[in-house]
Amino acid sequence: MEKKDFHVIAETGIHARPATLLVQAASKFNSDITLEYQGKSVNLKSIMGVMSLGVGQNADITISAEGSDEKDAIAAISDTMSKEGLAE
Amino acid sequence: MTEMLKGIAASDGIAAAKAYMLVQPDLSFSETSIDDPEAEVKRLNDALEASKRELELIKQKATENLGAEEAQVFEAHLTILADPELIGQITDKINNDKVNAEAALKSVTDMFIGMFEAMTDNAYMQERAGDIRDVTKRIMSHLLGVKLPNPALIQDEVVIVAHDLTPSDTAQLDRRYVKGFITDIGGRTSHSAIMSRTLEIPAVVGTGSATTDIKEGDMVIIDGISGDALINPTAEELADYKQKAEEFAAQKAEWAQLKNAKSVSADGKEVLLGANIGTPKDVQGAVDNGAEAVGLFRSEFLYMDSSELPTEDEQFEAYKAAVSGMNGKQVVVRTMDIGGDKELPYLPLPDEQNPFLGYRAIRISLTRQDIFRTQLRALLRASKYGRLAIMFPMIATVQEFKDAKAIFEEEKAKLVAEGVEVSDDIQVGMMMEIPAAAMIADKLAKYADFFSIGTNDLIQYSMAADRGNERVSYLYQPYNPSILRLIKNIIESSHKEGKWTGMCGEMAGDQIAVPLLLGLGLDEFSMSATSILKTRSLIKKLDSNKMKELAEKAVTECETVDEVKALVAEYTK
Repeated sequence: MEKKDFHVIAETGIHARPATLLVQAASKFNSDITLEYQGKSVNLKSIMGVMSLGVGQNADITISAEGSDEKDAIAAISDTMSKEGLAE
Repeated sequence: MTEMLKGIAASDGIAAAKAYMLVQPDLSFSETSIDDPEAEVKRLNDALEASKRELELIKQKATENLGAEEAQVFEAHLTILADPELIGQITDKINNDKVNAEAALKSVTDMFIGMFEAMTDNAYMQERAGDIRDVTKRIMSHLLGVKLPNPALIQDEVVIVAHDLTPSDTAQLDRRYVKGFITDIGGRTSHSAIMSRTLEIPAVVGTGSATTDIKEGDMVIIDGISGDALINPTAEELADYKQKAEEFAAQKAEWAQLKNAKSVSADGKEVLLGANIGTPKDVQGAVDNGAEAVGLFRSEFLYMDSSELPTEDEQFEAYKAAVSGMNGKQVVVRTMDIGGDKELPYLPLPDEQNPFLGYRAIRISLTRQDIFRTQLRALLRASKYGRLAIMFPMIATVQEFKDAKAIFEEEKAKLVAEGVEVSDDIQVGMMMEIPAAAMIADKLAKYADFFSIGTNDLIQYSMAADRGNERVSYLYQPYNPSILRLIKNIIESSHKEGKWTGMCGEMAGDQIAVPLLLGLGLDEFSMSATSILKTRSLIKKLDSNKMKELAEKAVTECETVDEVKALVAEYTK
């Protein structure tokens, strides 16, 4: 399993369009990918799951991937996070 | 026997075609408990699969017929349909609670819709709630075995029959097949009416009972000129209307010849006919219909179609597109007119007793100068691409105009100091929509480069009658001598200072008002693009001196609207 912590810097949090981009990035991989926030975890391939968490600015979240392409998945998601100014 | 329906004529033209009922089917069901969850999950999956196939087809059709942008909404629907969290929860509910798929679907989607709708500070998420609702309806229709209307899949000529048409409904309509609209509700300025004029499709709205009186497949004639509709007409009636349609087409062809002509009265007086537009995309329609200017570019779309305040660059691109699209012809942009009935989810305004009399338009701009200055900078930067003019909405006093103009000058000086190229002849004017301003038009004319009369608001404020309130809608009287006197004062005051006056309300393209306005000396008439050629043709037939006499008489001698109308008829026969 591959894991990475992020600190959300985007003013709107992980809402709206950025969430869609994140889900799109995750959906490209075979691994099971989850987003964990305040003890709740959701499938990162689910836009509804991600948005229902209500991740705001300054939230600390953990993304984990498990599967054959887990390393690439985490790398791609990190890339989207920084490119969109979402989290660091 | 032929049934006749009476409604409001919303868009010129005549159409005869089979009815297509754009009506939601009954999707009610009862919750039952089930013994075989596996079979129930299969029912769900079959419905999901059928929905997916349908949506893919709709998406493909919409892309072909309407373009990729309009088809995006279906892409969003497909994403929701494939959402693992959503589907997982529905499946869990069937398995754990042993309820039928309909009940599981409704309970899970209701939860998500409620959650997203509660995010009142986030317009984007609230829109997603609408998407989930649409997708739920589609899955439900397959579970229940009923048919949802799929306007994107229409392949024959039809007349659309609906309770009302929403923007997402109209986005799916293919102009090649949709010959007309008829709706239960709405008026001349409702979304469905404006859309039908933009698409140049005949429409009758506000019939009250179109969806109950018309059945799928009935032959329907829509007369968008008179506001009549005929259901299952006789062969004779069909022939009559066919002739009427041909006459209308001939008249349209005659108007089309005026596309590149100037707008000149019979005795040689020139006026300007402009178009009202809502987005830079409308510029093409304005040009195609022979507009000599854009008399009103409502900048609100930039604020309404967004989940946050539009940036300076976003606005700059939109203004630049409009200004350069008009090829050196003047484009009058109205600065932000938010408030009243237009709200922004990301700019919460206090709830007010009387929003139309409250914190709106320039009143917001003068206090939220950050928003106002951003808009002015974007406008100034776009000015070098054509002939830009700017006007401020809802000016009531001389001081307000001076304050707004001073901010404009400050931003202009700043940009020039930054080395940005800015046009040197940007006219800065104001909307005339508050009676108090109309009464001191002579004073305001010293400062404003031009006036633009917004008749809808000017009439509602003068008559103290909410135009949306049906009980007092009889007071919406554009031809009332009181309104004509205000207009006369505005126009004359501007002329005394060597300035000009335009009109950008519905009245400017009204065939009874045009002779009066020409007589009152109006310089620019700005209207729905599709009304321009008709109006140019009318003006060509009018003698401006005679219309001056008409206007003078209407203002001084008439007591009622009916007297004014009779006088216009007498002078234009």
